Amino acid sequence: MSYQLDFASLVPYLPEFAAGVWTTIELTIISTLGGLALGTFCAQGRISNEAWLRRTCACYIEAVRNTPFIVQLFFIFFGLPALGLKMTAWQAGMIAMIINLGAYSAEIIRAGIEAAPKGQWEAGKTLGLTRRQIFMHIILPPAYQRVYPALVSQSIIVMLGSAVVSQISVEELTFAANFVQSRSFLSFESYMLAAVIYLVLAILMRQAFGLLKCIAFKNPSL
Amino acid sequence: MSLVSLDEVHKYYGENHVLKGVDLRVNAGEVVSIIGRSGSGKSTLLRCLNGLEEYQQGAVIVDNQSVENDDYKLRLLSRSVGMVFQNFNLFPHMTVGENVMLATKLVLKKSVTESRQLAEELLAKVGLADKFDAYPGNLSGGQQQRVAIARSLAMSPKVLLCDEITSALDPELVGEVLKVLEQLKEEGMTLILVTHEMNFARDVGDRVVFMNQGKVWETGPSDEVFANPQTDELKSFLAAVR
Repeated sequence: MSYQLDFASLVPYLPEFAAGVWTTIELTIISTLGGLALGTFCAQGRISNEAWLRRTCACYIEAVRNTPFIVQLFFIFFGLPALGLKMTAWQAGMIAMIINLGAYSAEIIRAGIEAAPKGQWEAGKTLGLTRRQIFMHIILPPAYQRVYPALVSQSIIVMLGSAVVSQISVEELTFAANFVQSRSFLSFESYMLAAVIYLVLAILMRQAFGLLKCIAFKNPSL
Repeated sequence: MSLVSLDEVHKYYGENHVLKGVDLRVNAGEVVSIIGRSGSGKSTLLRCLNGLEEYQQGAVIVDNQSVENDDYKLRLLSRSVGMVFQNFNLFPHMTVGENVMLATKLVLKKSVTESRQLAEELLAKVGLADKFDAYPGNLSGGQQQRVAIARSLAMSPKVLLCDEITSALDPELVGEVLKVLEQLKEEGMTLILVTHEMNFARDVGDRVVFMNQGKVWETGPSDEVFANPQTDELKSFLAAVR
């Protein structure tokens, strides 16, 4: 059993890989921002005084966390058009990623919020702040800080999960690898290159989050 | 008209009858110490004065405002009533200065410059002018509690509620906090404190309220109450804490 690795023959396909990497990065950045925003909103909804909002958020979170990502993706891309909601593959993939990260990060952020001592709410209340002001200024920033490592991991999981959106022909990195190997028959090399790029992206993402941490949390010891 | 008045206040935690008809009047400028055994309802009573606890019967009126379970009314009330807690409850992610400025910016809508100036004055007053940019986690307990007092004062309250504010402090740090309270008394601030500092209650407080079994058991001018307790319960309590 012998196999001669031939990366040189991949060179003509580098533009395909580059385009794929760019789409993956694009999907990751937008879905991370959107997903964390949605997650924050739902975490707040879960502790709201309004029962309907609490229940709606809980249903959404449980529905997403207990179904496979690829089924969510197919539901959005193939299912929703039946209701008249037409979208491109890229849009569907993006929405699926945002919805997925939104649900998981909501639970993570909620854990951070619930870890806030009751006295923090009381101190805000006695100073005359509204519930919303207390949440935004007093409760949320330390909550993010507490669960930051978990949020970083979850965001990276979603970045890696973006490989799945190649299934609806979003032309991201895995799609590019698929395409190249079908043209060149260099499957081993194509997927190996894709894997290495994912690894590098994940490491870069972790570092970017590390940098952001230093800027966002002024007091490192809470 | 008293600044603070409670009429026949009853409070239940489920089946547990915590306050059993409390009557109390506090005039502006008075320093009132609430003492009693743990479980006698002193902290609950204090927390009924600013709406942190609901009560089921009776009336609580502070600064001509009825204390009710209504978010908007309680926010208005919070401008008249400040509170300092046993565990400081400073906001750990904000500097000392930001802690003091937060409510003046968000609630009183003062400008940053104005808020900052006020915060600097208040921190100087509690002896922490140099800690404006420090984080609470880097301060001693006594310093943190003085920041908490400055933070309450930023809202210029008419009455300051102190809930066992020296109980979490190391003994050598108690003095610096009590000194600030004494200073506030001299400036005419109304103080209602739940406290275990009997010397402070006797020497600085105008009046003592002894709570027992959810009621105001005995009350009177500090020196008289300590020198000459009337009820057996207060006598045995004072004997136990001395």
